Amino acid sequence: MLSDKTIEEVEALKRRYPDPRGAILPSLYIAQREFGWLSPEAFEAVSIVLGVPKAHLRGVASFYAMYRHKPVGRHLIQLCTNVSCMIFGAEDLVSLLKNRYGAEVGGTSPDGRFSLVIMECIGACEAAPAMLVNEDFHNNLTENNITEILEKYK
Amino acid sequence: MQQYRAHLMLCGGTGCIASESLKVKEALSAEIKKRGLENEVNVVFTGCNGFCAEGPIMTVYPEGIFYERLTEKDIPFLVEEHLLKGRPVERLMYKEPEKRHAVPAMKDIPFFNLQVLRVLRNKGLIDPEKIEEYIARDGYMGAAKAFTEMTPAEIVTVVKDSGLRGRGGAGFPTGLKWELAGRVSSDTKYMLCNGDEGDPGAFMDRSVMEADPHSVIEGMIIGARAIGANKGVIYVRAEYPLAVQRLNLAIEQAHEAGLLGEDILGTGFNFDLSIYLGAGAFVCGEETALMRSIEGKRGMPIPRPPFPAQKGLWGKPSVLNNVETLAQIAPIILHGSDWYRSLGTEKSSGTKVFALTGAISNVGLVEVPMGIPLRTIINDIGGGVKGARKKGGRTFKAVQMGGPSGGCIPESLLDTPVTYEDIVQTGAIIGSGGMVVMDDSNCMVSMARFFLEFTADESCGKCPPCRIGTKVMLDMLNDITEGNGKESDIETLQDLCGDIISTSLCGLGQTAPNPVLTTIKYFREEYESHIKDKWCKAGVCRSLCTFIVDEKVCTGCGACQRACTQGAVTGEKKKPHEINQELCIQCRACYDACKFGSINIGPAAMREGLLKDTPAVSV
Ligand SMILES: Cc1cc2nc3c(=O)[nH]c(=O)nc-3n(C[C@H](O)[C@H](O)[C@H](O)COP(=O)(O)O)c2cc1C
Ligand code: FES
Repeated sequence: MLSDKTIEEVEALKRRYPDPRGAILPSLYIAQREFGWLSPEAFEAVSIVLGVPKAHLRGVASFYAMYRHKPVGRHLIQLCTNVSCMIFGAEDLVSLLKNRYGAEVGGTSPDGRFSLVIMECIGACEAAPAMLVNEDFHNNLTENNITEILEKYK
Repeated sequence: MQQYRAHLMLCGGTGCIASESLKVKEALSAEIKKRGLENEVNVVFTGCNGFCAEGPIMTVYPEGIFYERLTEKDIPFLVEEHLLKGRPVERLMYKEPEKRHAVPAMKDIPFFNLQVLRVLRNKGLIDPEKIEEYIARDGYMGAAKAFTEMTPAEIVTVVKDSGLRGRGGAGFPTGLKWELAGRVSSDTKYMLCNGDEGDPGAFMDRSVMEADPHSVIEGMIIGARAIGANKGVIYVRAEYPLAVQRLNLAIEQAHEAGLLGEDILGTGFNFDLSIYLGAGAFVCGEETALMRSIEGKRGMPIPRPPFPAQKGLWGKPSVLNNVETLAQIAPIILHGSDWYRSLGTEKSSGTKVFALTGAISNVGLVEVPMGIPLRTIINDIGGGVKGARKKGGRTFKAVQMGGPSGGCIPESLLDTPVTYEDIVQTGAIIGSGGMVVMDDSNCMVSMARFFLEFTADESCGKCPPCRIGTKVMLDMLNDITEGNGKESDIETLQDLCGDIISTSLCGLGQTAPNPVLTTIKYFREEYESHIKDKWCKAGVCRSLCTFIVDEKVCTGCGACQRACTQGAVTGEKKKPHEINQELCIQCRACYDACKFGSINIGPAAMREGLLKDTPAVSV
């Protein structure tokens, strides 16, 4: 279940919009934050507070890339492989993450430490390649410094 | 107010923070304290300055001396020399690419002095988290004028006369959009801001939201007044956490200052502004899809009319403007439409921000008057292709403008002025302003394939031409890059492009073929060599190339040998090396590592020939 504080947060969102559906996207974020991913319980909880059918929530959530439909590891790596990052070798980083940590694209390393998601351009092209680890931006990535950076995320 | 004798403007934009400007900031504060300079020297942590490639960067005023690539270790020396002894530190100054001498003053660096900063007017000059600093630079003066001296109709007229066109991609006249929405009467109207910035290679909106959030808010307040909107939403990508944080703070501050909320500036006008986080769907940047997304639906575009100005968010009249468009508004109100038109051309007035990335020396944001030639942006401001001036260095091949809706412009068209009208003639579009520079090591067929993969993936699936058409084209491009292309493919692709353009529902599908069309138009021989000769001359498509060492050029330095992960390169030091074709996986690492241009790229057949030990085909 959602915590009382979170329920309040969602209720407040619900009041913001002329229709409770306006609160769907942010509420799903909140639930994702709380549950780590959009688990069946997460949908259930949001559905109850907003009074919107679960099927509708699932339909909406599946359209957007930022919602997680399976559990993620302790840290979420969102690596950009779009044009500028590709020009500067982002594909090699994808193989490195796979070989070194066992994190496949869309999957999680066997030790549960990293999940890897490929992003479209994250607007950090001036210092490509770039990634977000949880909410932290890292750019100018190379095969050397990426492992150094990831050391900080245990 | 405290009087300081020096102001240190250290960049705190995403780029510089990533290159550790926070550590530099700490070191600076500590050193200044240690030297007892707290009352003389002021350190300001500014928003993105634009010259991210050289970060962390800092400008010291009043002299305007520009320092780059600072590390915490440089700080004690810098403080001692520059701030105590008055001797600027040459070692840390900017040097023109491949030249030695330092250029001390920011105003003498071409990157800065060819630019005119209107949207980026506060770039590197204010702390984006302090409303006072924004106000100190004429912030909210435009709003004050609009609210106290002008009627909504007058605001619309000024914006219309300025000739400002939407910077989100389509270039629709902003004043006209406001006028349409202003005329409709309704109990509720919405003023919306598009901060969804999804075009690959574009980051100007992120930068504006991070470095100058109040400029966006001020534009929205003025727009709201002009159309009579009481509610506003800024739709921002969730991938931009810093922008979200700074916008939230700015909204809070504007509220406290009486610039948002009820009875703004004592005029009885109410405007409630909030932020909405996108959830990672490119198509949500399209206006009708964006509104569906806020309504908690799948972000699918709907056919227009009705236009959002009549029936938009929650069925109410709505205006959606791009971040950069909105950041242009306050100065236009303050200085008038003639001032705005004094730069740019008749049909494309004012300035535009571009994001330079890819194979270019100075990556970063630039703001230039519309109408200047592409060549000036790329060569004089951008410093040309990275490494072009070295012997055997790279050469310019194309600049990609407009992301997946745009196209690749070749060298022969670099004198095209950047205006909406002229760029469209080339087959590309200005779009949101991304410019990705490509050199001769980029394969144009792969580039087209890449963008199509993006659109095929981001197509919302609602209309068949876009959903199926892009997929069919992608399959063909995959075939071509894998060596299975047919001679008829080029014509088939062109036909398909025409069909998709004319029958898709929204801008995504209508523009998706542009990258393919422009690469066929300007780089047809690359398609032909992929299809007929099974040869990717850039060495990108792995199954279409053979890497061999030119014995006459190879110096035997061993760089390629070290770069090869397969152990395919062998040879004695100072003697020409050799590539074992059986082990080679065509990863191109040797080619990129060679400083002498001694690795040649031959067609796929060459490798087969070598493997069979028949005499090699010459390149
Ligand atoms: C597929 C697609 C994606 C778009 N993405 C964006 C975007 O990320 N940011 C933006 O401002 N406009 C985007 N647009 C354009 C918007 O539909 C709209 O024209 C624009 O936000 C209006 O603002 P403006 O008139 O100030 O440019 C996109 C359009 C399409 C068709
Ligand atoms: S292409 Fe990777 S951040 Fe823009």
